[in-house]
Amino acid sequence: MTLSRIAPYLQATPLTLILAAFLVLPIATIVMVSFWDYDSIQIFPAFVFTNYEETITSPVTWSTYLNTLKYTVIVWAVTLVVGFWVAYYLAFHIRSATMQMVLFLICTIPFLTSNIIRMISWIPFLGRNGLLNQSLMSMGVIDQPLEFLLFSDFAVVLAMVHLYTLFMVTPIFNTLMRIDRALIEAARDAGASAFQILTNVIIPLAKPGIAIGSIFVVTLVMGDFITVRFMSGGQSASVGLMMANQIALLQYPAAAANAVILLVLVLLLVAAILRIVNIRKEL
Amino acid sequence: MTSEKRGPGFYVLTAFFILFVLFLYGPLSTIFILSFQGPNGGLTFPMNGVSLRWFENLLFEQQAVGDFGGAFSRSLLLGLMTMLTTVVVSLLAGLAFRRRFLGSGPLFYLTIASLIVPSILISLGIGLAFNVFGLEPAWYSSGFGAHLTWTLPFGLLIMFAVFNRFNPAYEEAARDLGASPWQTFAHVVLPIILPSLIGVGLFGFTLSYDEFARTLMTSGSFNTLPLEIYGMTTNVTTPVLYALGTVTTLFSLAVILIALATIAVLRKRRARRLAG
Repeated sequence: MTLSRIAPYLQATPLTLILAAFLVLPIATIVMVSFWDYDSIQIFPAFVFTNYEETITSPVTWSTYLNTLKYTVIVWAVTLVVGFWVAYYLAFHIRSATMQMVLFLICTIPFLTSNIIRMISWIPFLGRNGLLNQSLMSMGVIDQPLEFLLFSDFAVVLAMVHLYTLFMVTPIFNTLMRIDRALIEAARDAGASAFQILTNVIIPLAKPGIAIGSIFVVTLVMGDFITVRFMSGGQSASVGLMMANQIALLQYPAAAANAVILLVLVLLLVAAILRIVNIRKEL
Repeated sequence: MTSEKRGPGFYVLTAFFILFVLFLYGPLSTIFILSFQGPNGGLTFPMNGVSLRWFENLLFEQQAVGDFGGAFSRSLLLGLMTMLTTVVVSLLAGLAFRRRFLGSGPLFYLTIASLIVPSILISLGIGLAFNVFGLEPAWYSSGFGAHLTWTLPFGLLIMFAVFNRFNPAYEEAARDLGASPWQTFAHVVLPIILPSLIGVGLFGFTLSYDEFARTLMTSGSFNTLPLEIYGMTTNVTTPVLYALGTVTTLFSLAVILIALATIAVLRKRRARRLAG
């Protein structure tokens, strides 16, 4: 009897310990180090606000955060539209469960392969002598290669959409599959058009999935640095990239202050999404 | 929608879906093709002949930079460690969450937080924590922990989905027949959820095998494969880069297919047993 009462605690212990050691403690360390001081060789314990002051008062920080938010909004909007229609197609237009599973797996498999390789794979496609430029030129659409395709904001957004759309598809697909088909029948019997069914029945019921997907995409884009560095060829900035550069220069307290600000911003965005949509019943 | 005749919406969305799949797979297929580039070919089209030169170069010749073999074996081992730990820890936590226990709410939110805290923060935080405590970061300690913060939430969410659909009547029946808690688990619960556990393992392995940002500051002095590949992008200018991309992607695909095939076989066997 007593064993069965303590069983859940024993079962939850490994997860708790791992998260305490590798999530809570590291974030606490970041917060602590963000008040430390540093010179060009080392960091040392202190309690100074200079890291925050320097971060907040620098115009570079503001433009970097704005740029990151710009990526976030664009990528969020694109992945939402693409992800919703892909999920909608799988949930409502594919009739056999096996086919649904197969098509869903086809969408999932790239997600389980390397992000870096998926980024590299855009180079021969978008580059100056890439496939796209070559075909456009041979069709006579353009006279000279388009330069903005690779190493630009366009490339960053394209790669992020490529990497992250699945995070939108999966939760939306999940909620759409749970919608009682009788509700749609009822709406149709009551004379609703397909568009009305979409806007008055399906989208409201899909909101929790949309919210979960949005949380994924927003947090992934806000913290991204590798896609921005790689796809912009070092020409664009993001918060994650700024942190990575500070880390490379061993300016850990500055990076930590930045990390704290980023974390607060991300949590505020997540809280805002959760205020709009209640996802409790999804979990 | 559910009507018998396919409306125009179906064809528009089918076209959209096909475009989406092309978008997902198109770029990957270009590096796949280019990795068979001829010996004098470059990083872009056109193909300058067809050869296995770059695979040969990758697998049998000393690279000017990097250590592909070492990075691969480290990533493989780390992936297996992460996979096993993710399966065991998520299963245990999933079982715990089937009952109410003190602190279940905070633990749940902590797990979700692990999913939404940006990777670079985890990387920086673990790197700093090891630094502050005077520990040497290494792929099998700090890197391992960093990967777990990414794979465990996925594992737990999958376990939630599994246990939400799990019918407790099976367990009650076993208990009524006199099975001990352990027997109930081993002979009733485990066989039913085994396919999902393989799914958890697949996520654990592939997410770890491909993880970059979380490894960046936590891998210590030896690179994992994604770090190695990233290093190559900045100083390798031959199609050997694509050959490496092709080889590791094929490896990932093989792992995914083996896992999916195992799940399919288990499902089929169970269905047959239930029918017979």
